Amino acid sequence: MTGGGDGAAATAAARTPIRGAGRWLGLAAALAGLALLPAVLSSYAVTVCILIFLYAYLGQAWNILGGYGGQLSAGHAAFVGVGGYTTTLLAVHWGLSPWGGMFVGGALAAVLGAIIGGLAFRFGLRGFYFVLLTVAFAEVCRIVVLNTDALGGALGLYITFTGDPWQLQFRDNRGYYYVALGLAAGATGVAALVERGRLGAYLVAVREDEQAAEALGVDTFRVKLAAIVLSAFLTGLGGAFYASYLFSLQPNAIFGIPLSVDIIIRPVVGGAGTVMGPLLGAVLLAPLAEAARTYFAQGGRAGLHLVVYGLLLIAVVLFLPRGAYPHLRAWRRSRGGR
Amino acid sequence: MTLTLVGQAVLSGILFGGVYSLMAVGLTLIFGVMRVVNFAHGDMMVWGMYLAWLLATRLGVDPVLGVAVCAAALFLLGVAVQRGLVDRLGDAPHEMQILLLLGVALVLENSALAAFGPDPQRVRSPLAEATWWLGPLFVDVGRLVAFGVAVALTGALWLFLRRTDLGRTMRATADNPYAARVVGADVRRVYATAFGIGAACVGAAGALVSPVLPFAPGSGLAASVTSFNIVIIGGMGSLPGALAGGLLVSVAESLGAVFLAPSMKELVSFALLIGILLFRPAGLFGRRP
Repeated sequence: MTGGGDGAAATAAARTPIRGAGRWLGLAAALAGLALLPAVLSSYAVTVCILIFLYAYLGQAWNILGGYGGQLSAGHAAFVGVGGYTTTLLAVHWGLSPWGGMFVGGALAAVLGAIIGGLAFRFGLRGFYFVLLTVAFAEVCRIVVLNTDALGGALGLYITFTGDPWQLQFRDNRGYYYVALGLAAGATGVAALVERGRLGAYLVAVREDEQAAEALGVDTFRVKLAAIVLSAFLTGLGGAFYASYLFSLQPNAIFGIPLSVDIIIRPVVGGAGTVMGPLLGAVLLAPLAEAARTYFAQGGRAGLHLVVYGLLLIAVVLFLPRGAYPHLRAWRRSRGGR
Repeated sequence: MTLTLVGQAVLSGILFGGVYSLMAVGLTLIFGVMRVVNFAHGDMMVWGMYLAWLLATRLGVDPVLGVAVCAAALFLLGVAVQRGLVDRLGDAPHEMQILLLLGVALVLENSALAAFGPDPQRVRSPLAEATWWLGPLFVDVGRLVAFGVAVALTGALWLFLRRTDLGRTMRATADNPYAARVVGADVRRVYATAFGIGAACVGAAGALVSPVLPFAPGSGLAASVTSFNIVIIGGMGSLPGALAGGLLVSVAESLGAVFLAPSMKELVSFALLIGILLFRPAGLFGRRP
């Protein structure tokens, strides 16, 4: 999972003012285009876009730890769950608006991230051992919530629909579209800042060779801890949106391993450790995810499209081990354009 | 009364532990020989279960006899996965291995879903429905048979690794693949055989529990996670560790179901896992973390 070269391209772009300005203009045009898009899209297409943005957002959050830092978390569903449950419970019991509650949820997810990271990194768990620790924590959360009646137990929690924007609910799903777009754009901005900043450089150093990084004076424990806390916080915010968009929280769905895999697969397909990777992955996988969703909705025999999902993952690993984005960039360069 | 209950829990735990051990033996062999974590392990087990179910419902073969067919089929699947996929990765980072096998898991799980539908199945076997009374405790014959066959298979694997040329080559390759290659071991063949045997173990475990436990295409994930827990607790790559870990986890879960709630039993094995990961990451029988 190497994403080198992006930073170099960025500095080169910054040095040539015209190219730098072009980049900002392109970004502004893309955002403006996305903001105007719902005016022409059907309601169904808007729904598809909301899910693309949500998964792009969660992918960006995962990418900070898993892509740049090379710490493969397979338990990010735990952070989604903590964020979603906290926000919902605060709204139900104390009438706190999800707009504020989501930050409490994100903070609690960050605390969980700090606990997992603190334990894992203090005890030097790497690779497969780290993967398993994250899975174990997510599963413990799932089982505890499943067995705690105060948290809704196996029935889960349901949110009453009021259509009140103050409750992060919208009668027109274009409302969700803009919130999801804002989240995805914000997370992309955070990821870009991380990549260009000191944290990103340290994280890549840790991923490439932890001992060498340590020898150069990088406090690898603090770097990895910062990454997991930031990643968990962002994922927790995403959980709040997930909850209010779906109106229901089911422990097996929101804390389950399949959601964690769903979060991982997009940045990996798109290109882990790159800013564009999670966005590209979310777009590339949208048709498959849509096929899966409509199948379930129609009560059909689910299966074959998820087989395709698995085959795609295998193909990406074997043929595009760095994800789609680095290859796309190399291809564009070879054609002489940018 | 409570003592009987605890005794019963320990007894069923031990009997079921044989199957847990066999699952973990397969995983630990694959890891020990080529440092690959088989994320598709539980889904391979589910295919073992469905093959046993097909044999029982279509041809009337009891799962105890069907074990051999299931093990052979899964051996071929394991060889194919190693030769066709894992082998091609070369020196790619371990994340790629994990993702590759997650892909295999998705394919196996969902092809079972497409082929057999989502409803849970259970193999009917007259042998498995019998019970014996041992004083105040009852012995589930299906579990007893599963335990016996599982322990015998683990023993056979142990002998294979110790006494045969291929087994010795396998251990040598596990120890140092480069040196093994230098002295003329066909490492690719060893790897394919090791993956095949590992998959055959978990396929056999699947056939053995098919009359005892209801199963569905989605059962693989939980089985994978349980196998990982056992292998970490026992020590990655350690055969005695897998055996002891399987019994330990099974008894702990069985006691957890008595003292907590049945739905909380997995919590006990996760608590064990987190404790082991933090304080003895090499596992109970492992040599190095």
